[in-house]
Amino acid sequence: MPIQALLGQLLVGLINGSFYAMMSIGLAIIFGLLGITNIAQGAFYMMGAFFSWLLLREAGIGYFYALVLSPLIVGLIGAAIERTLLRRVYKLPHEYGLLLTFGILTFTQGLFIYIFQTAGRPYPVPTELAGGFNLGFMFLPKYRAWVVIASLTTCFLVWYALEKTSLGRTLRAATENPTLTRAFGINVPALMTLGFGAGVALAGAAGVLAAPIYTVSPIMGADLIIVVFAIIVIGGMGSIMGAIVTSVSLGLLEGLAKVYYPQGSNMVVFVIMIAVLLLRPAGLFGREK
Amino acid sequence: MWAPIMTEPVIAIRQLQGYYGESHVLHGVDLDVAAGEVITIIGRNGAGKTTTLRAIMGILENRQGSIRIQGRETIADPSERIARLGIGYVPEERGIYSSLDVMENLMLPPRLGPGGMSLDDIWQLFPNLLERRRSQGTRLSGGEQQMLAFARVLRTGANIFLLDEPTEGLAPVIVQQIGKAVEAMKAKGHTMILVEQNFRFAARLADRHYVMENGRVIDVIAKADVPSSLDKIKSYLGV
Ligand SMILES: Nc1ncnc2c1ncn2[C@@H]1O[C@H](COP(=O)(O)OP(=O)(O)O)[C@@H](O)[C@H]1O
Ligand SMILES: [Mg+2]
Repeated sequence: MPIQALLGQLLVGLINGSFYAMMSIGLAIIFGLLGITNIAQGAFYMMGAFFSWLLLREAGIGYFYALVLSPLIVGLIGAAIERTLLRRVYKLPHEYGLLLTFGILTFTQGLFIYIFQTAGRPYPVPTELAGGFNLGFMFLPKYRAWVVIASLTTCFLVWYALEKTSLGRTLRAATENPTLTRAFGINVPALMTLGFGAGVALAGAAGVLAAPIYTVSPIMGADLIIVVFAIIVIGGMGSIMGAIVTSVSLGLLEGLAKVYYPQGSNMVVFVIMIAVLLLRPAGLFGREK
Repeated sequence: MWAPIMTEPVIAIRQLQGYYGESHVLHGVDLDVAAGEVITIIGRNGAGKTTTLRAIMGILENRQGSIRIQGRETIADPSERIARLGIGYVPEERGIYSSLDVMENLMLPPRLGPGGMSLDDIWQLFPNLLERRRSQGTRLSGGEQQMLAFARVLRTGANIFLLDEPTEGLAPVIVQQIGKAVEAMKAKGHTMILVEQNFRFAARLADRHYVMENGRVIDVIAKADVPSSLDKIKSYLGV
């Protein structure tokens, strides 16, 4: 087995793992605060990529601005959706939230297919991040290194904000006991809007990072999100750090599988998911109820 | 023209109805607390004491009638807005967060007004909490959790306190500690509603006692009348 192939696949795995991490911590925040499994997370990822493509094509606004603007727009759309739609299902059984976000997913995807068709659109790698490093044993494209660093840094900052700041303290309290948290004078409904907006903005940011690697298309989130949900099941919904660790490990594991057992590489996450469901239904980092 | 200055009660409850789903639990509760007063709600288990506090806090959403707090009607207000009027609530179940450590539990409630206790005052009052400030909230003993729930609202600068059985299940030494804290709060002019099973504890502190049964107030006993009403009170409490 040539070491180049192994390292190459591990790098791909690490990149995928970084995307998984951005997506899954967003889902974990949303699930914790709103009790909603956001099936539409892949649509917000797609929107993030699309908005950066539109910003560039329609307004000449480049990658680094898009990296801020696009998630911001996605987050605002998310906040509006939370205020107008999601808020209505909190008191209903869990399945309603699932169905509602599924509806949002189909609607959004349908709308983008209607306007832009399904064909992929290329997004150029920003010139600052073009080229790569020759590491001797392999060629490392700068942009790919950037994606890993940017997403893992973002994930770490989110973790830090939740664990070590007063806003994080308040969010954790609102997640654990919203009723009492409100009775202390904390505006939990506003936090839920913020949490959903931030959760989908993370998916939007992942979309911007993905745009130069994968082509931008209305269905680009569809495959990714299935793997991300499997990862959530494996890691358990309980912990942000758990979601990050699980995401990166499974990305790497997929990379390994591509080297040693390519036929099964798309399956490996799901096989692990089944094993975890059998052995530890609450997930590796989840709390048993 | 001269008119007597009528200070409105800090809390004025009229014809309060409360429901858990289909079940009708509060049947027209009337209750007044003047500024700086300490009143208790006493009565047997299931009388509706906790539910009355939940209704005041807006935690019990399904409520009707009138609850005026500092002159403002709150019957339709969300919980966070009611709390912002300056109310500190110690729930019966304590509500210590397991995802927060002791310090974070303590620092969670936002400031509601001026004059809250400093952390130093709180450590002085409850030295155990200082020692355990890095422990996960729910790792504390029952008594420590109770102290934490109490300490948590002292910091906020609230001037109205709703305390649901703050001494339940506590060792006598700690009951004394809490009693001292309540006296200190009263001396500062805070208004308090105390739900209490321990009548000896309550009798010393309260200006008036509201007796509840089956979701209604069936009697109100002023402090001065307590000695002559002991038999009646015993029968109300079923002890
Ligand atoms: N969450 C709830 N759901 C349904 N009924 C409840 C709930 N909590 C309390 N009750 C009922 O409401 C009545 C009043 O309860 P509560 O206010 O807790 O009484 P107290 O605090 O005086 O012991 C009781 O009959 C109790 O069974
Ligand atoms: Mg009670």
